[in-house]
Amino acid sequence: MLQQKHLLGLEDYPAEDIQTIIDTAFEFRAVLERPIKKVPSLQGKTVVNLFFENSTRTRISFELAQKRLSADTVNFSASSSSLKKGESFKDTAQNIEAMKIDAIVMRHPTPGSPLQLTKYVDAVVINAGDGTHEHPTQAILDMMSLQERFGKVAGLKVGIIGDIAHSRVARSNIFGLTSLGAEITVCGPATLIPPEIERLGVTVSYDLDAVLDWADAVNVLRIQRERMGVGLFPSVREYRSLFGITVERLERIGKEVVIMHPGPMNRGVEIDSTVADGDQAIILDQVLNGVASRMAVLFLLLGGKI
Amino acid sequence: MKIRTQAKQIVLKGGTIFDPFRRTLETGDVFIQEGKIKAVGKITGPEGAEIIDCTGLIVTHGFCDLHVHFREPGREDKETLKTGTNAALAGGFTRVCVMPNTDPPMDSPEAIRFVVEKAAELPVHIHPIGAMTKGQRGNEISEMGAMKSEGAVAFSDDGFPVANGQVMRLALEYSRMIGMPVINHAEDPLIRNEGVMNEGIVSTRLGLPGNPDVAESVMVLRDLELAQMTNARIHVPHVSTARAVDHIRRFKNNTQLALTAEVTPHHLYFIDEALMTFNTNLKVAPPIRSEKDRVALIEGLKDGTIDCIATDHAPHTIEEKEATFDLAPFGLIGLESCFGAVNKILGRQSGLSLETILTLLTLQPRKIMGFEVDLFAENCEAELVALAADEEWVFGENDIFSRSRNTPFLGETLIGKPRYTITKGIVAESG
Repeated sequence: MLQQKHLLGLEDYPAEDIQTIIDTAFEFRAVLERPIKKVPSLQGKTVVNLFFENSTRTRISFELAQKRLSADTVNFSASSSSLKKGESFKDTAQNIEAMKIDAIVMRHPTPGSPLQLTKYVDAVVINAGDGTHEHPTQAILDMMSLQERFGKVAGLKVGIIGDIAHSRVARSNIFGLTSLGAEITVCGPATLIPPEIERLGVTVSYDLDAVLDWADAVNVLRIQRERMGVGLFPSVREYRSLFGITVERLERIGKEVVIMHPGPMNRGVEIDSTVADGDQAIILDQVLNGVASRMAVLFLLLGGKI
Repeated sequence: MKIRTQAKQIVLKGGTIFDPFRRTLETGDVFIQEGKIKAVGKITGPEGAEIIDCTGLIVTHGFCDLHVHFREPGREDKETLKTGTNAALAGGFTRVCVMPNTDPPMDSPEAIRFVVEKAAELPVHIHPIGAMTKGQRGNEISEMGAMKSEGAVAFSDDGFPVANGQVMRLALEYSRMIGMPVINHAEDPLIRNEGVMNEGIVSTRLGLPGNPDVAESVMVLRDLELAQMTNARIHVPHVSTARAVDHIRRFKNNTQLALTAEVTPHHLYFIDEALMTFNTNLKVAPPIRSEKDRVALIEGLKDGTIDCIATDHAPHTIEEKEATFDLAPFGLIGLESCFGAVNKILGRQSGLSLETILTLLTLQPRKIMGFEVDLFAENCEAELVALAADEEWVFGENDIFSRSRNTPFLGETLIGKPRYTITKGIVAESG
């Protein structure tokens, strides 16, 4: 049903397929609202969650999606440091495939590793985040959440706030949202905006108030404190004063802006607790939509039957 | 490729002879006796000489590469002087300069002697480049005088930019005293930072850390200023950016500096868009740059800003290159594909004459290093190549004679192929 065998990223991914995934995800969302949340769609299929990087929520979300679809799941966690020491990435991948599996959901710290994986295995590969490159299912759940809230994605004004340079969420959101016809402004410290990003069809702003005033919704990225150590931004308090989504700032804007966050949040840094827990935030809807979106991706790529 | 011992007398028959030294191009024969040029022109006989039919081929000086890594000693799993020699022969090269980033590095007269002695029996002329600093650590200048006596032809810490400007100054002053060129891998390590590819729209799309063009150009500029101040000889390796080309051009036009520069086939052939496939064989230092840079490099060759082609042949094992992009080492092999690649880009696509392209591979690099340049002179040791200059071919695994396979040219259609390489008593014949 989808044109590509794998889901590696949303760059150049067909818009109609993104929409198909979102539409299917809404059907699974309905399943998740039922008392019995399990369907037999992927009975007999085996999915391996291959995580070379720590993850709690994405892995649980995928695992729940697989269980809700009645697939058999295996989790494989390996730190990339153990790979540096011995077994190669290729060997790990081929060993797992030799056990006759249908799909691999992979998170890996290196951009491009899912594409590389497709050269070593025949299984369907789903990218659960490759370093600072892409995180396509996160972007799909973000777009699904926007569609849920606004009825459609096309024409929406979306701000992406924070560390754009090191964010796979930002990249996949940019590729997906532009593909579906949304307008995007990215906003963050100049040191965390990657070069020539305007060529991806986005606007760059360093003025958060102006972006909030313009936007229908903003996706607030987690600021990684380790970036501070190498001087990419000077301090947490300065970050918060320039780019934090604070109660005061939202009151000053005086209009409704939908607040999204991919988690995990640094409350009090990029987002105030009150904002995260407030009515404008749809952060927990995103989490639920994450399970539904991943169910849709697995279902469509593994050819399940309803 | 078949390698055989030269017959006592050989006649290269009926080729188009291009002499880059005299800049003449004419149909004729070359008579070689006991490895030495005896006559060039219309030759009849002698009786019993081996005739090599060169009809339709260009016969010219053997290629000379100022920049290869043969990995011996220390990483013989990647390349040895012997396997590197085979790669050179397949590419039409009869003379190469090997970089000192071996294990241990070639930073002493003993290490230089090891390579010189080991290379003596091999059919390609191999000249070691000595390390510029002890251990290639960039702190203290090496024993350049003693290394020169053992056969070192230049000094470089290639792979490791000399970041300390004071050390670079001292190296230039000291090498000037003994009349040797210094070759500095120009990439400011702090500006390069973690960069693994060219910084720009493609690195932004891929999420890979970028290495901006100024990392190269600021260090080139520093080096040129220091070379001017010390009146030293400097050779800029593997120029990759438009900015560095501009600096070199300005210094060549406005100063008396003894300045030369080289460019690699891969920087002329590929642009960063090609990394969209995350092909680790395109991970190289300096990185594959933008189309704007590539065009500037070609312009630099056309106007003489850049003096020659050098491959930066850098073998790595399959295991290393099959790693993920962050872990894969920098470098690619380039000897076998060199002529077909540059002839396609510079000749077919950019309008340079075949004579100019061949000069960039023969006369120009030899002049930089002070090697013999009149190779068709009587009694000169034969160092020749015969090329099928217009042959279109697809570069494949079978065309590789290096011990390593890390090349982005696999599957590329190239134009022009060395057929016979004649050097040091052998004839190497490619299929």
